[in-house]
Amino acid sequence: MSTPTIELVDIRKAFGSTNVLDGVSLSLRPGEVHSLVGENGAGKSTLVKIMAGVHLPDGGIVKVNGRDIFLRSTAQAQQAGVSVIYQEPSLFRDLSVAENVFMHRQPKTAYGWIDYAAMHRSVAEHLKQLGVSLRPDDPVLGLSIADQQMVEIIKALTFEAKVLIMDEPTAALSVEEVKRLFQVVERLRFKGVALLFVSHRLEEVFAISHHITIMRDGKVVGSGAIADWTTQEVIRKMVGRSLDALYPKEKVDLGDVVLRVRDLRRSGAFRDISFDVRRGEIVALAGLVGAGRSEVARSIFGIDPLNGGVVAIGETTLTNHTPQIAIKAGIGFVPEDRQQQGLVMEMTTLRNATLTVLRQLQHFGLVSRRKERATAASWTKRMQLKGHIDEPANVLSGGNQQKVVLAKWLATQPKLLIVDEPTRGVDVGAKSEVHRTLSQLAKEGMAILMISSELPEVIGMADRVLVMHEGKLTAELSRSEATEENIMFAATGHKGRIGDNLKTESAVRPAR
Amino acid sequence: MNQPNNNGERTPWFRALVRSRESTLVLLIVTLAVTTDLLNPRFLSPQSLKDLMLNVSIMALLVLGQTIIILMRQIDLSISSIVGITAFLSGTLFVSHPGISDLVVILIAVASGLALGAVNAALVAWGNIPALITTLGTLYIFRGADYAWVHGRQVNAVNIPTSFLAIGTSSFLGIPWLTWIVLALLLVFSVGLRQYRTGREFYAIGSNRAAAILAGINVGRQIAIGFLISGAIAGLAGALWLARFGTVDATAAEGIELTVITSTVVGGVAITGGVGSVLGAVLGALLLSVFNSALVFLRVPSFWQQAFQGAMLLLAIAVDAFLAHRHALRSRVRWSHV
Amino acid sequence: MTERQSTTRRLVRRVSWEVILALLLLLAIAGGGVINSEFLTTDNWSNLLANFVEIALMALPLSLIVIAGEIDLSVASILGLSSSLLGVLCQTKVPMPLAIILCLLLGALCGLLNGFLIVRFRLPSLAVTIGTLAVFRGFAFILLGDQAVADFPPEYSAFGIGVIPYTFIPQPFALFLILAIVFWVILHRSTVGRSLYAIGGNPTAALFSGIQLYRLKVLLFSCSGAVSALAGIVYTFRFSSARADNGTGFELSAIAAVFLGGVAVQGGSGTITGVVFSLLLIGIVNNVLTLADVANEILRIVTGTLLIASILVPNLIASARARLGSIQLRRRTVQNDHLPLAG
Repeated sequence: MSTPTIELVDIRKAFGSTNVLDGVSLSLRPGEVHSLVGENGAGKSTLVKIMAGVHLPDGGIVKVNGRDIFLRSTAQAQQAGVSVIYQEPSLFRDLSVAENVFMHRQPKTAYGWIDYAAMHRSVAEHLKQLGVSLRPDDPVLGLSIADQQMVEIIKALTFEAKVLIMDEPTAALSVEEVKRLFQVVERLRFKGVALLFVSHRLEEVFAISHHITIMRDGKVVGSGAIADWTTQEVIRKMVGRSLDALYPKEKVDLGDVVLRVRDLRRSGAFRDISFDVRRGEIVALAGLVGAGRSEVARSIFGIDPLNGGVVAIGETTLTNHTPQIAIKAGIGFVPEDRQQQGLVMEMTTLRNATLTVLRQLQHFGLVSRRKERATAASWTKRMQLKGHIDEPANVLSGGNQQKVVLAKWLATQPKLLIVDEPTRGVDVGAKSEVHRTLSQLAKEGMAILMISSELPEVIGMADRVLVMHEGKLTAELSRSEATEENIMFAATGHKGRIGDNLKTESAVRPAR
Repeated sequence: MNQPNNNGERTPWFRALVRSRESTLVLLIVTLAVTTDLLNPRFLSPQSLKDLMLNVSIMALLVLGQTIIILMRQIDLSISSIVGITAFLSGTLFVSHPGISDLVVILIAVASGLALGAVNAALVAWGNIPALITTLGTLYIFRGADYAWVHGRQVNAVNIPTSFLAIGTSSFLGIPWLTWIVLALLLVFSVGLRQYRTGREFYAIGSNRAAAILAGINVGRQIAIGFLISGAIAGLAGALWLARFGTVDATAAEGIELTVITSTVVGGVAITGGVGSVLGAVLGALLLSVFNSALVFLRVPSFWQQAFQGAMLLLAIAVDAFLAHRHALRSRVRWSHV
Repeated sequence: MTERQSTTRRLVRRVSWEVILALLLLLAIAGGGVINSEFLTTDNWSNLLANFVEIALMALPLSLIVIAGEIDLSVASILGLSSSLLGVLCQTKVPMPLAIILCLLLGALCGLLNGFLIVRFRLPSLAVTIGTLAVFRGFAFILLGDQAVADFPPEYSAFGIGVIPYTFIPQPFALFLILAIVFWVILHRSTVGRSLYAIGGNPTAALFSGIQLYRLKVLLFSCSGAVSALAGIVYTFRFSSARADNGTGFELSAIAAVFLGGVAVQGGSGTITGVVFSLLLIGIVNNVLTLADVANEILRIVTGTLLIASILVPNLIASARARLGSIQLRRRTVQNDHLPLAG
């Protein structure tokens, strides 16, 4: 048993009053691939950031090669041999592969010039060792995400990385590219690098790792050699918990179909998406982050174009539509990122809340300020947002901000409300208020399409659960069938139900 | 020169050549020159070529500095005012200190340009004021100071030593001294931008500022250096302006900043930064000059010059945007099997 | 800068920038009166108000454009082009009302071209309008060449130099006041204005809210073109001279007035009141200096300094406050890619 290259002992971390990590321990050994799994919010990315030097833990010890160390910056972490490959590489698009690898550390000749020959040799050597068919002087512009990842990996290697952490590395890769990545991982193993693989794709986790650690709610709930685990057991550990007392949806008589989508397709994002949403119904669109759910919503709303398929609201068919047309047809869209997409942060609540209904507040183009204020006041009151109406949105808490966004869309009195991650980043109190509001709206006859990555929310609120995986629908579950395990099973790409005696399919087997 | 396309195949060298902005510019310049010469054989005569080189040189000098600025996604509008001040300063030095060495005057001009550039550097890098506003302001302030100082006077060629004026008019081996200076600096800048870390960091900052910071690059310092260089170059250009024209008043070089920027962008230095070369920028300046000259020789009223210049800039911007957009589309695919 | 910092900066602006400008105005007026007894005469004020009318006119739609997150440097060239066209039409004895309408249409078309290039092709507005600045000015020269047309029907020239009966207020200035009120209403009381603030503050959120970003922007640029053409007409009548180089350099003064008036560089905030105050301020300072026989050129220095100070001072205040409030000062990261060269 070799000394772990990096070891985390009993790590604790809190942000404000939220406990994100609660005594997590993890060891990475040279030449081994260790997978870290857990649903969104389990604390995986915070753990990664601690190893990367972005955060310091509140409690616990980080050891590198047996010695205690405080990683106060990413530069320090890199010096200590820890490198992270993120999902979206941030490279200098206009420069070459070699320049990206060596920016700010280019090797110099005796005269003080940049030694391009040495730079290219070094990069070429790494490329050959990893079996990647790029050239050092290739421009990064136009490289696929898979190739960009390779550049990042080589950059890490030139930092003499002893620990390589890969955050959802296969999320944007084709089957071929995943195969290549795994071959690279093998070679890295051979060099003695310790690898941490953060992933949702359980087939890959099982194909490539030696060890697994499962996190849930900031704790480690299972770990050990991969041979000791099965997919079903992992999933059960990921989700098994007592459901919090959330405000459950009331049973409502369902009305006519409000939204009907058939065969929706957008190249590179999703395909064969068909479903209905009725009056009074809450349909949840579940899945892992990146499955394509928000993309579907955006296309229904008209922000992104569709490459195929039909969207119908009531009697109206929408084609090539813009958000304005969608709003007129009766669709409201509460977006995923309230700061970037939902609100104009410097504007007051008043202005934000009325942005969608300007047309109704005007007379000959001039806004009636009385109506404006009355509209904002009534809808924010409905959302239990007290005061704050003349303050800019950026002084409000996350929960209150979300209420403003909801108020803004409710003011359009939509037939269909699409909410994307309605309670992300919202405290518990506001969370239940949002849920109560959504239930009430459904009771009043609104059709709701809810995108959520939080399983308790999905289970508590939805009449039906549609699960997406990598751009396709993999399951439609009724309220009774919608257990966390079934949802996660479908979200990780499996067909059927978790209890079925299916062999877990593995799409990729690396050469060993 | 082989560049791979997305399938990993190598495109033939001639395709890559065509794609390079520099070669396109050379092609355009040659075509334009030859065509004009066919229509008016005096176009390529030694005298007119000499005039062309003289005309281009100061512009080409200024684009060297502006390239570094635009590479970093900044802008420097104040160069015309700096040229104006240092041109007059140089002349005044000759008048007030007869017998002063030509070289000393040039050095003082460069130093003054550097000092003025330092004002820009401080305001942009430390004051956090966007480059557009800063250099707009200093464009005004420096020119105002120039007017106030000049106060209606002017420097005349009679007061300038012939040795100095010779720099601006005479040639060596058939090429004007001015052009030799520019060529030498072009070499220095080319090497500097390619072979030194600081040079590559200019590109990095314009290409992806956040990644540059993560890589440990001192962005503030690089931006400051850029404005210092731009100022120093403008200072040199001022001294050479005096050498070329001999007569300088408060309006010297007024308005040339837009031509400089147009030349730079047409030369392939994208306005959004991160892309381009000094060679391209100089070729851009040459193209604009040849174009203006051709218009004269073809008896096209000079009024058409400005319109064509503007159209060229618009075309260059559109081409740059198109090239950037094509690549952005490719990286938007999330699931390749969908 | 951090969100808090930029918010503080905006609050500083919103709450007190107009007040600061108003105070500076009073100071300037008082100072002017003290320095020179001629300053407070009606004759002088008549001159003062008339002198910057064209720049003032152009600054109005320009403010809206900057608030929406774009910029238009071609305004002065459209002024010149409109002036040239007016001259040519007058020479060819086209009836004045028709000529005026044609000039306004031409301006709107120029603006439409700007809007089209910027919105349809997603080109950066700074670079595009630097290009169209040259193109439009070029067309002005192509139209009129070196000539100056000076023969205008007396009733129109009279408008240019005339005052409102029984007052000292120049008629062109009255025109500006009317337009200022119109733009004030548009920006602060209409749905369009509300949308513009959203577009400048967060274009994504505006799009997601169903606002017709692209259509509005094209409209804005067209409007700017038309108003610039109007400024060209006014200028021509005021000086009884149509020349292709009329108004050269005015765009910089207009931009300076807009930023000095409190409009944020990246858009999303600013008021017409502030811009009007800053125009008046610049006009008064200009006038006082002229009266004091100070060289014209000093004005350039003052305008440039005011422009830089209008950004620098709030920056310094905000970072001082942040440091006192022990908020972490983060280096400015990439922001506002829709306005390139934002630094």
